[in-house]
Amino acid sequence: MRVIEPWVAEPLERFLAESAARVVLLTTSSGQVVAQHGFTRALDVMSASALGAAIMASTEELGRLTASGASRSLSHQGPSRGLFLSAFDLPQGRWIGLVVYDRDSSLGLVRLFFDRLVGELQAVAPAEVPAREVLAADFENELNASLRSLFGR
Amino acid sequence: MRLDIVGSLESITRVRGVRGAMIVSAEEGLVVAESSMEGIDGAAVAALTAGVVARLGRATEAAGRTAPAFVHLQAERGALLAVPAPGDLLVVAVTDAAVNVGLVRLELRRAAEHLA
Repeated sequence: MRVIEPWVAEPLERFLAESAARVVLLTTSSGQVVAQHGFTRALDVMSASALGAAIMASTEELGRLTASGASRSLSHQGPSRGLFLSAFDLPQGRWIGLVVYDRDSSLGLVRLFFDRLVGELQAVAPAEVPAREVLAADFENELNASLRSLFGR
Repeated sequence: MRLDIVGSLESITRVRGVRGAMIVSAEEGLVVAESSMEGIDGAAVAALTAGVVARLGRATEAAGRTAPAFVHLQAERGALLAVPAPGDLLVVAVTDAAVNVGLVRLELRRAAEHLA
């Protein structure tokens, strides 16, 4: 497990132990990675975070267009693995969780423990940090620092 | 069908000492239908029961036996009973400690047969 925000580590570790999830990715709603478990390549993480953010954005917009309300989570059951995607709010803004599980777990267990993870994150999240101007050079440095944290390179 | 399911669950909850009954999708661990589950987190019971039954199934399979036909978890203040049903479902009852387990088991099996 690798985390960018240290306060995420303990609740996420508990979630992994309880849900028996194989892969977990926490990102901001814009796709910036906050924590990951189970990925081995930086490219996979970046693709998955971008796709997760895009899916959640599309789902929320679809919910708005059809007046069915913004959907906060969705799941897909494959033949051997399931995928659970959910958005939740923290003082830092909206985050997205992407969870992959197999037959050692179930959608019910993942949902149950994911709700608990969200509750724990909301309890330990530091107060909102005021936004600062993002410069191109900072962006590059932060991206590299994040990748180093997530993959130890 | 929906009325049949509700009727089956109600005959389980009519047994003295049964606090609630539910039908759970075994693979997903989600609630399909529930009856009289006041004060009980149905979603959590469904997810955890399906997890336990799946693991027990794998354990008995590894031991060269067939999957359990009846699961009885006895706790200090009550019990959790589950019977697999056709269509990858489970019929589950949450009971107090003082309950006629045999009678609940009978009703669980009847409900499971109704789902066939």
